[in-house]
Amino acid sequence: MNRNNSIILRVESLKKYFPIRRGFFQRISGWVKAVDGVSFEIEQGKTLGLVGESGCGKTTVARLILKLLELDEGKIIYQGLDISDFTEKDMKPHRKDMQIVFQDPFGSLNPRMTIGLSIEEGLRILNIKSSRRRKEGLEKLLKMVGMSPDSGDRYPHEFSGGQRQRIGIARALSVEPSLVICDEPISALDVSIQAQIINLLKDLQDQMGLSYLFISHDLNVVGYLCDMISVMYKGRIIESAPADKLFENPRHPYTISLLSAIPDAEPGKKQEMKLPEVDIPDSLILLPGCNFQGRCSIEEPRCREDKIIFEKVGEKHFVRCWKAA
Amino acid sequence: MINMGEKGINQDFQFDEPLAPKRTRMQEFWVLLRQNRLAILGLIIFILFFCCALTGLFLTSGPDPLIDPALIRLQEKLRPPLAKPNLDSLRAEEVPYMGVYLMGTDDLGRDVFARMLQGAWVSLTVGFVAVGISVLIGIFMGGIAGYFGQHHIRVDHILLTCLLISGAGLVATKLFYSGAVLLFFGLGYIFYSFFTKKIPGKKAVTSWKGFLHKNAVSIDTLIMRIVDIMLCFPSFFLILTVVAILPASIYNIMIVIGLTSWMGATRFVRAEFLSLREQDFVAAVKALGVSNYRIIFRHMMPNALAPVLVSATIGIATAILTEAGLSFLGFGVPPPHATWGNILSDGKRFIFDAPWLTFIPGIAILIVVLSFNLFGEGLRDVLNPKLRERH
Repeated sequence: MNRNNSIILRVESLKKYFPIRRGFFQRISGWVKAVDGVSFEIEQGKTLGLVGESGCGKTTVARLILKLLELDEGKIIYQGLDISDFTEKDMKPHRKDMQIVFQDPFGSLNPRMTIGLSIEEGLRILNIKSSRRRKEGLEKLLKMVGMSPDSGDRYPHEFSGGQRQRIGIARALSVEPSLVICDEPISALDVSIQAQIINLLKDLQDQMGLSYLFISHDLNVVGYLCDMISVMYKGRIIESAPADKLFENPRHPYTISLLSAIPDAEPGKKQEMKLPEVDIPDSLILLPGCNFQGRCSIEEPRCREDKIIFEKVGEKHFVRCWKAA
Repeated sequence: MINMGEKGINQDFQFDEPLAPKRTRMQEFWVLLRQNRLAILGLIIFILFFCCALTGLFLTSGPDPLIDPALIRLQEKLRPPLAKPNLDSLRAEEVPYMGVYLMGTDDLGRDVFARMLQGAWVSLTVGFVAVGISVLIGIFMGGIAGYFGQHHIRVDHILLTCLLISGAGLVATKLFYSGAVLLFFGLGYIFYSFFTKKIPGKKAVTSWKGFLHKNAVSIDTLIMRIVDIMLCFPSFFLILTVVAILPASIYNIMIVIGLTSWMGATRFVRAEFLSLREQDFVAAVKALGVSNYRIIFRHMMPNALAPVLVSATIGIATAILTEAGLSFLGFGVPPPHATWGNILSDGKRFIFDAPWLTFIPGIAILIVVLSFNLFGEGLRDVLNPKLRERH
């Protein structure tokens, strides 16, 4: 019971299938299983990293949690409150508790609005009526993300990518959320700017006790920032472990190959790639059995038949591979 | 494990990074527009036309106008442009204001210059009011189709609308009894569905009810098919028909032109909204909990208006042309009020004896329409974000 209280967000077997429509009458000819039974928990004040290659459903998970997309199945429990069946109207008072920082710093700010107005939208939600107090709030937020407080009357195109990402963070924080979903917030930025944004996120977490769902494909960053890491592949979580355990003792062949692909800082050192060079199977067609079949180095006939369950292999360490378990 | 030490990337957050020079969108717009000579020419002609129409309105209206466009001098008919009036045959108040027929006189001896001035105001108001109406309808319909397009209209909504409209129609055509019965049933159904919705968890769906609650069409499909249907009619003949039914007045013409030309704006706004709706900044304000109304009008509309503005500018030219065409055919603004179209129409009988009666209004229409088109196309170039980036 006590443990449950510290969990800010729990997601249970989340599913989202998108229809593939073909032909003259737009008949549904198949389904893309973008998210196929994803479950995880985020503890209060902690960071969960969601890692996976592009197209594996990470962003869909983020949008499902924020109810920007309707989910097909599963449960989203935010602070003990099941929000999975909430309509848009029910959701409105809870919207401000969860915020998102987007990947693309160029598309995530309204080009026709000064950044001050964009950020003040959040302060309006908090029902701050007087424009003077909103201005104060705006300056405080801008300072908090390391921008000069008088940049509020400028337009997004006058800022660099890193600055815009700070503005995006300020906007997310303007409604005082407790959970921030970072949807690849750094992958569109320079390496030097990436470090600044990561440190900013970390500092803000220390100051405000934020919880993060940090979506990325950069394992280095995730390892640095996150407490727990879940690795996603084709709509399913295939391995989930505390960050240090995942790096020390990866179990799933996909995780192993991901870790081996991290570039080393040492020049001249030969990289050992563990991912077999095979054709990547058509991601739209899901075969029975393991999702990773066709790319796996330790594949056996059994992998193509049985339903692979998410097995516990250590404390808080789960893996969806019967051979690794 | 992770080769990113805490020390290594710790940096001071306080930035003194130089920002780009401050230039508002308006300034940027001007810089780009000034490079487009034809657009500037169009703009200048438009401003001149606007001033002419405005001064024309003051000079030719009122009980005792300075230049009277309706003054008939039969002894001075069909005088060429720049002709001096024959002072012997005219009374003092019949002498034109500047002592010269600047653009000649027509077959009734009316001063064409005065009539052109009066007609300029008609053209201007017809252009702006008609386009204003069409843009308002277009923004409304396009906004709904683009933003709420995925919602569905149920079968009972359609039946209800038919019921209410036919009921109201019957009442309007003085069949009070049957109309009232239809309206009664319609309102009764509204009350019924209003109260049954209040009880949650009651989901006993009988087959007829299931049919009524079936999704019929999406709002997007409905609106876009209405647009397609409206586009099917040759709009000039539609206007002709409507104008033949309605009493001839300048306001009816503006409204009818407006009501038959909103389809382009609807399509533009819908297309813009469909692409804007998927953008991150819209998702972000949605996640903040901003209301739909505010998202549509504060966040999306300013981003969607550029193509509408362009089509509106060109639409003004089309509306002026349509009004002139209607007046030429005798369906436009009723005489004796002058418009460029009916000056042209009156003049066609004397095209060999008095060619200025056709050429002066014709050239005026040409210049104004051309200037609006040039300005509109310049606007399109300037507002195009791809061209902006190249700059």
